[in-house]
Amino acid sequence: MRYAMAIDTKKCVGCSDCVVACQTENNVPIGYCRDWVVEVTDGTYPQLEIEIRSERCNQCSNSPCVRCCPTGASHYAEGGIVLVTPNKCIGCGACIQSCPYDARYSHPEGYVDKCTFCIHRIKKGLEPACVSACPTKCMYFGDLDDPKSPVSEILKVRKSKTLIPEAGTKPQLYFLI
Amino acid sequence: MREEIIVSGRNNYLIDPHLHIWHWQIPLYLFLGGLAAGILFFAAFFTLMGKENKYRTAVRIAPHLVPWVLVVGLFALLLDLKHQLYFWRLYTTIRLESPMSWGAWVLMLVTPLSFIWSAIHIKEIFPKWDWKFKILKDLEGFFTSKKTSIAWVMAISSIILGVYTGILFSAFNARPLWNTSILGPLFLASGLSAGAAVIMLLSKKHKERNMFAKIDIGIIVVELFLIIHMFMGFLASTQVQIDAAELFLGGPWTAPFWIFVVILGMIVPIFLEVLELRKFKIPVVIPAGLVLFGSLMLRFIIAYAGQESRWLY
Repeated sequence: MRYAMAIDTKKCVGCSDCVVACQTENNVPIGYCRDWVVEVTDGTYPQLEIEIRSERCNQCSNSPCVRCCPTGASHYAEGGIVLVTPNKCIGCGACIQSCPYDARYSHPEGYVDKCTFCIHRIKKGLEPACVSACPTKCMYFGDLDDPKSPVSEILKVRKSKTLIPEAGTKPQLYFLI
Repeated sequence: MREEIIVSGRNNYLIDPHLHIWHWQIPLYLFLGGLAAGILFFAAFFTLMGKENKYRTAVRIAPHLVPWVLVVGLFALLLDLKHQLYFWRLYTTIRLESPMSWGAWVLMLVTPLSFIWSAIHIKEIFPKWDWKFKILKDLEGFFTSKKTSIAWVMAISSIILGVYTGILFSAFNARPLWNTSILGPLFLASGLSAGAAVIMLLSKKHKERNMFAKIDIGIIVVELFLIIHMFMGFLASTQVQIDAAELFLGGPWTAPFWIFVVILGMIVPIFLEVLELRKFKIPVVIPAGLVLFGSLMLRFIIAYAGQESRWLY
């Protein structure tokens, strides 16, 4: 099993509903976020192109954060989801330094926190909060090993990219382009 | 002109606008760890060479500082942790892929060794020292008889400790400035140079001071060579590493790095040490103090600038 997410940059309007849905679902401390919206404007005026991306932890298959964790608090859970066990985390910050996407932050309570792909919802058969809240339905979630899952189906028919694949982390967040 | 503008809605504390999760504690600890490694290495090395009496300060006096240096360093490390009550989790597991885990375990070995080394040479500082209990006297006798073995373990573990202070940074591919294996040997050299400086400061014998001035000159030359190599490597690498090098080659860290680390911390001390060897009277505190200052600044500047270097996507 390999959980992954695909996000359609052509459909995303950058409304930030995913951000608020996540903050509410996961009780994210005020002022912090586990997912966020990035807008990239590229070109020469007036020929400009804009790409809007809803970003979060890339749940990498070769996660530097899991490798550098000195206590094993950062680990792979089912489906390759990268999780942090708060009462094993010493708050050393090594995983925060190791993430090329800066997807982790230090929770005010001391441990390191990040996107969990809403593993508590997946276990109940629900979609992650960001996916289910998206008003343009631009996000696809599922198991890459299952050819019938929404994420496998969309990746079959659309061109996609991952973010900084050259960092060698094997990210599992795909952006449809 | 073709431009790319990236606007992010993320504003996490200590993460944005650029990472600053490691403050003064980590560079201070890396400096003290390197210094401890340097002093212990010279103590072990000259013991194994059978030159204990010739280089008495290096073997028997300077190592008394190491337990204190390590305790202050470990305290700084503890202050850096944000979930401090769980620090013992470091010692419930060994994770071979994590430099932080290596460091924790190496310190677990080096710290007791430094206390033992200090204890078996305590009479050098306090000639009338009495252990009061027989068991402590017996332990001292036991460790004194095993001094050569202890020196071997100390020599190897101090090199691991010195290299680890650099590997801790260089293992992070996400921070392009740190992601160079040169940092391991560079920080080891810087730690050895700092250790030699402390021995020069404490030594009362002219011959011993001269010997360590020569050692220090040699190490600093190696450091300069490694720094040049590091920038050559960066400039021949990918765009993110070219950008990282630019921080020091015209960017905001140019003046602090070249003035504090390279000129004041390396070139001026070499110059003064050479003058000293040519029989000029130079107060030893100036070159030694500058070497220690440069070594500390190297850690601070690499730690802070490294967190500003990143991938752009």
